[in-house]
Amino acid sequence: MSGEQQTLIEGLLAGEYRALARAITVIENREGGYRELVAALHGYTGNADVIGITGSPGSGKSTLVDKLALTYRERDEQVGIIAVDPSSPYTGGAVLGDRIRMASNVGDMDVFVRSMSARGSLGGLSTATADAVKAFDAFGMDRIIIETVGAGQNEIDIVRAADTVAVLVPPGSGDTVQTLKAGILEIADVFVVNKADLDGADRTVMELREMVGLGDEAIIDGGAKHGHATGTESTENDPEEADWTPPIVETVATRGDGVDELIEEFAAHGSYLDESGRRAERERTRSAEELRQLLRSDLNGMVEDEIEQQGGIDALVESMIDGDRDPYTLSDEILTPIEECLAEQREG
Amino acid sequence: MSADGQQRTIRCLVAKVGLDGHDRGAHVIARAFRDAGFEVIYSGLHKAPEEIVQAAVQEDVDVLGISILSGAHNTLVPKVVDGLKEYDAFEDSLLLVGGVIPDDDKAALKEKGVAEVFGPGTELEETIEFVRENVPER
Repeated sequence: MSGEQQTLIEGLLAGEYRALARAITVIENREGGYRELVAALHGYTGNADVIGITGSPGSGKSTLVDKLALTYRERDEQVGIIAVDPSSPYTGGAVLGDRIRMASNVGDMDVFVRSMSARGSLGGLSTATADAVKAFDAFGMDRIIIETVGAGQNEIDIVRAADTVAVLVPPGSGDTVQTLKAGILEIADVFVVNKADLDGADRTVMELREMVGLGDEAIIDGGAKHGHATGTESTENDPEEADWTPPIVETVATRGDGVDELIEEFAAHGSYLDESGRRAERERTRSAEELRQLLRSDLNGMVEDEIEQQGGIDALVESMIDGDRDPYTLSDEILTPIEECLAEQREG
Repeated sequence: MSADGQQRTIRCLVAKVGLDGHDRGAHVIARAFRDAGFEVIYSGLHKAPEEIVQAAVQEDVDVLGISILSGAHNTLVPKVVDGLKEYDAFEDSLLLVGGVIPDDDKAALKEKGVAEVFGPGTELEETIEFVRENVPER
């Protein structure tokens, strides 16, 4: 590890804002030595609570994140925020505008907002997001809030990056609720009907309530808005049986209404994760996914190198268009040497 | 695995500081920077110098472009410069000012640490080119 990096790590662990900012840049740019950096930080992680906020564009994610941060700050917690916005598929450029809505904590460096571009990634986060979370964690943040790209149906990477995921559903999106059903709504640990002062909020809450299966029971016991681990009777014998029913919280983020309640639900979900053993489970899944992703990206790099060796992707495409080669054969040609190499290794 | 061959993404903060509410220019610049492949963080209107400094430090931007049309540049810009220095973030940020700045003030601002001042009628290409050529090596 270079001396420069050592200084960076020491600064970050000592709580220097500048070092944290710089470390995230190194991580984001995949600069030389970033792997050693993340590897070194890894040992200091595991203390922060990671909350993911997702939902459609304009549903109020940034404003809500701002108010959440404000509330956590009032409790004297350090808050790190990663706000991801989309990047241009044409130029790679981006306008990152989430910060504008996060003005409640101005002049307070212990609410550390970092805007990130998705840099071409399609899952609602950038590939560097998980590593940036590590930097925040090692720095000593108590809470880390990740705000995803304005999500449609399938931007569900957040579930692999956060302990607790809140999905924002704006009122009057009855149809949207339907179309979202198969994707993003499945990953919610907490539903937030933001802009709850608008017409149609009640209806949206009702539709969500039906969807999560609270339905009539919830109305009878009056606990419709409260998260609870159902099947509590069986928990004593078998914690795996306990299941979490996502609560539905109404908020008006611009006024801060419902934010305290939302934070309580986050805490309830946190306790559920601990008591049911699901936190450990999630961590295992996340580690597995992280490793897989790293392997894929490293392997991808090897393949890209190999493509360059073979004359570049353009030449290969040329041979497909003009020389009626097919992609399967080409792929085999490129990968067979790698496979053979591995086979040899295994035998030897 | 080296990242040498990789082109670094230039990160910019486009900031409106002080009381003036004219953000059309800032929007045009933000859009042009985006189309040039930069990542642009836009501050929003009416920011205090401390807010700009906070954003520039946290976002670790390569370029800080301040748009001022109120005439208060001689007061506001030095505050931003001092704030950046406080966090040790001045040396490796390229500081630009855009807006209506009298010629006499330009020299003074540059002395304070502003790399260039872009007045009305500047071609977008010129600004983008300037950023590409002068973005600090890190």
